[in-house]
Amino acid sequence: MIEAMGVRAVRGGGEVLKGVSLKAEKGEALAIIGPTGSGKTTLLRILNLLDPPGGGRVLFDGVDVSAGDRARLLARRRMAMVFQKPSLFNATVEKNVSYGLRVRGVSASAIDGLVGAALREVGLSGWEKRGAFGLSGGEAQRVALARALVTDPELLLLDEATANLDPRTTEAIEALIRRVRDDGMTVVMATHDLGQARELADRVAVLMEGEVVVLGTAEEIFDSPGSEEVGRFVGGRRRQGRSLMIPDRTSHP
Amino acid sequence: MDEIGAGFVRAVELIVSLDPAVVDITVRSLIIALTSTAIATTIAVPIGGLIHFHNFWGKRAVINVIQTLYSLPTVTVGLLVFLLLSRSGPFGGLGLLFTPAGMVVGQTVLIVPIMTGLTIAALSGVADQVRDSAVSLGASKYQAIFTIMGEARAAMMAAVLLGFGRALSEVGVAMMIGGNIRGYTRVLTTAIALETSRGDIEFSMALGIILVSISLIVNLLVNRVQGRWWA
Repeated sequence: MIEAMGVRAVRGGGEVLKGVSLKAEKGEALAIIGPTGSGKTTLLRILNLLDPPGGGRVLFDGVDVSAGDRARLLARRRMAMVFQKPSLFNATVEKNVSYGLRVRGVSASAIDGLVGAALREVGLSGWEKRGAFGLSGGEAQRVALARALVTDPELLLLDEATANLDPRTTEAIEALIRRVRDDGMTVVMATHDLGQARELADRVAVLMEGEVVVLGTAEEIFDSPGSEEVGRFVGGRRRQGRSLMIPDRTSHP
Repeated sequence: MDEIGAGFVRAVELIVSLDPAVVDITVRSLIIALTSTAIATTIAVPIGGLIHFHNFWGKRAVINVIQTLYSLPTVTVGLLVFLLLSRSGPFGGLGLLFTPAGMVVGQTVLIVPIMTGLTIAALSGVADQVRDSAVSLGASKYQAIFTIMGEARAAMMAAVLLGFGRALSEVGVAMMIGGNIRGYTRVLTTAIALETSRGDIEFSMALGIILVSISLIVNLLVNRVQGRWWA
């Protein structure tokens, strides 16, 4: 479905991604875990074709979509991404959720039904006319998820989509991710939450300092990490708490 | 002091009674300023968008020049446009000097820089995440640009209103290009200058009150579109 081949990225003079290669098969849920600054967000942005790679290629369904505006647009319209911070447009919830449909030229008559269904899906039925800027963080993230799912993407990219959300909203979003995954949608998610990665992903990639140090099934990674480095990372974090959350290195010295 | 008080009362009477001369000058001022603003908008918004959405060598310098032109004295613009439109100038054949159309040209030249600069500032104020969201949701390059412009609509509307305010209240271009011809190119600012020098304080004050009132309304509208009434 989506494949990074030797993807490199340079930000602020430093190499953020050092030749990352990984692949998510159709219908698979792939989690990318790693400490803050390991390059997860940069990788997801490149997979979403928001930023061009500094080297290497991105293949979507076996086709190189790293270059060429038209190829990138067509590929991007088959995927959707939810960011850590939901950046909604200054408009109603309805206008936000229908955006992806409108830019694809979907008819107005079809849009109403699709938006209503998407909002039902995220538990915000009847919220169409509310202003997006008045929503709480959790509500905004649900709208962002509805906005991504309304186009029925083949690939869903999630960049820390449940970070900073209350447990109830996190659970609701996780349930939705589980459902779309079970329905056959390909999901690639970057997360700090190791419990979430273990629960939702078929395979897990551990990204450290811009490199995929290990890629395997969730059981392999968490139960027998293979290397001391990964074991220390996963095991160390696991001992810290039940939720398997990775503390943000930058927030607390 | 009494003279000012009496002048103020007489000025209000002129406005309330819809004095034909006052109405004529006010309507002409509004038509010329609105036309200038409309034309300047069709020039400034695309230019501002082009500059904002494209990276090119010297972009910062271009923006600096535009910002410098904000404070260009109106008489300097008046002189420049006068030279261009005068008989011996490159556009003398158009016969625009001392006509309302010529005043529109002059005011357009005057307000395009400020409207362009404020358009760039408005677009720069839209968070990068808005562009990311639009593109990520499948917008083409141009659809994303329209989305960003839509997000900047309040600040861009403020730019248009400020341009209108500057066109309406300037005197240099109106005097030098229009010539202050009674019943033809005389507008609020040139009439105030003339009537004050003639000693008709009441008439000047009436026009001044109208000018300040329109400026106040424009200012309130700017604040309104930016989401605050009395800021």
